[in-house]
Amino acid sequence: MVEKADQIFVLLQHWLMSFLPAAWQHAAGVVLGVVGIIVVYPTLFAIAVLMERKGLGRMQNRYGPNRVGPFGILQPAADGIKALIKEDIVPFRADAVVHFLAPLVLVVAVFMGLAVLPMGRNMQLVDMDTSLLFVFAMGASTELSIFMAGWSSRNKYSLLGAMRAVAQMISYEVALLLSSVVIVMMTGSLSLTKMVEAQNHYTGIFPHWYVFTPWGLAGFVMFVIAAMAETNRSPFDLPEGESEIIAGYFTEYSGFKFALFFLGEYVGMFGIAGLGTTLFLGGWSAPASFLAWIPSWIWFFVKVELWICFFIWVRGTLPRLRQDQLMNFAWKFMLPMTLVNLVDAAVWRFMGEGWLRWVVCAVIVAGAYALMGRGGMRRKGLGPRSYRYAE
Amino acid sequence: MLGEGILKGLVETARNFAGSYVSKDRLTTVQYPEERAPQIEAARVFPFLVYDGADWEAGLRCVACQICEKECPPKCIYIEKSKEKKPDYVGKMQIYPARFDIDVSVCMSCQICVEVCPFEAIKMNTEFELATDDRFGGLMLDCHALAKSNEYYHTIHPTEASEVDARLAEEKTKHEAKQKAAAEAAAAKAAVAKAAEATAASAPASAPASPDAKPAAPADKPAGGGE
Repeated sequence: MVEKADQIFVLLQHWLMSFLPAAWQHAAGVVLGVVGIIVVYPTLFAIAVLMERKGLGRMQNRYGPNRVGPFGILQPAADGIKALIKEDIVPFRADAVVHFLAPLVLVVAVFMGLAVLPMGRNMQLVDMDTSLLFVFAMGASTELSIFMAGWSSRNKYSLLGAMRAVAQMISYEVALLLSSVVIVMMTGSLSLTKMVEAQNHYTGIFPHWYVFTPWGLAGFVMFVIAAMAETNRSPFDLPEGESEIIAGYFTEYSGFKFALFFLGEYVGMFGIAGLGTTLFLGGWSAPASFLAWIPSWIWFFVKVELWICFFIWVRGTLPRLRQDQLMNFAWKFMLPMTLVNLVDAAVWRFMGEGWLRWVVCAVIVAGAYALMGRGGMRRKGLGPRSYRYAE
Repeated sequence: MLGEGILKGLVETARNFAGSYVSKDRLTTVQYPEERAPQIEAARVFPFLVYDGADWEAGLRCVACQICEKECPPKCIYIEKSKEKKPDYVGKMQIYPARFDIDVSVCMSCQICVEVCPFEAIKMNTEFELATDDRFGGLMLDCHALAKSNEYYHTIHPTEASEVDARLAEEKTKHEAKQKAAAEAAAAKAAVAKAAEATAASAPASAPASPDAKPAAPADKPAGGGE
């Protein structure tokens, strides 16, 4: 029974496939998987948008949407209908082809990234040996679509937003990659399935998640920060800073194309949250050994939703960074910290079992953090803003 | 320590988030169509015409002097004078507006019509739900739609309405006193004339009449200062 609940989607897929002749079964299985992803993630997107609006409202002591349907739960449907029936405006003298392609490229790239994520036991559309690389490649190609959007709009705000987005995403991609390299060092594989399997063990009731090691915790924190920057989430939402450049690269988009950008941004967030879950939080494995009877896909989506909740929480808390602060943080703090973390992981790997490696690795990470934090605060590169003229 | 401020901020927002479910007084939102914030007395949205008594046509204070029409900055008031006259609140015969229309879509709520009205006839309403689905006729409010009773004026602007009432009552008593004085003067004049007829010497008779005429001039003034 437990086994059946765990594998329910796999069994469903096989049952549906069994109606087809053997030659078509493989292709049909892939199509079913794709349909599953395309149904599940936009649904999650709708839930996340509602959660975000309600949650941000509560953080600011207001109600948030509560008019459409009971407690406002039909608000995403209303928003979707509104986006669909709005006029689609393409600016005069915009590059119409590129302007049309940009949202499509974004959505395709973010959905492609989801193809290799293990969303449950045996629930992975494509089991690649280099799936981690594939996810990063797809994440990097979203930059292309953002620059396409900014460039083709023929609008200075769009172009500024796109330039900011590309600068920011390239800078933080370094940190994102380096913070996940420690996991590759530990598992010795680029396959996400293998990474989940490596974490799916328990000591007593406690899981062997990488986040519970000194280098894993440091890597996790930096991964979260870099993930927020990669997905252009607040406080790193400079590319779409409303108060400065209207909406950044999608200023000139309206109607369904805007909705696609919105969807792409959120699905990208799910993708990176899923990747972070797989790398550091044990993927679909249960957080305690006695909870392993709950289906694996539930654990995966619960963890992803927790990530989204955290993103919303951070968005409700922090103000937007300045461009120089953003770059200082990426190159003067994140990059050295990830490099120290690599050394830390190597030390852990070669010190062998025992309590000593815990102490040594924790000291290395904490010391580097304290030193770099203090240095940064003193240089004012990372510390509180100082206003020279506005006292 | 780096990151300390971020953690403090996160705690603060978390407290807001949880607190908004626990304590109702954190949520200051007034959920408008069901709940309403108490109306502020000094609020002003759109003018209306005040009438006394029960019948709006008979009691309308407006005498169609057209000062408001001329002063209105966006020119949204349209007045046509009547041919015949009707008695006003003191009983004097006055013209009344045959047509008095205000265009809601043009009015900018400046209250200048109220400031210039010498007859306390036009005042600002606090009614703000003026939306209509008829964008031509529905936005041009006529005399009937604009007429509101003095009691209504008292409910929306109690302080101001009491002041206006006091001023009007004072004016009315003054007017009555003047009438009375005039009547007395006329009676006295008649008596004097009678006496003169009898004595044929009428020189001192004009002397008591002139001091009575003087208070009649300032009696008109308070009505003009519609504060």
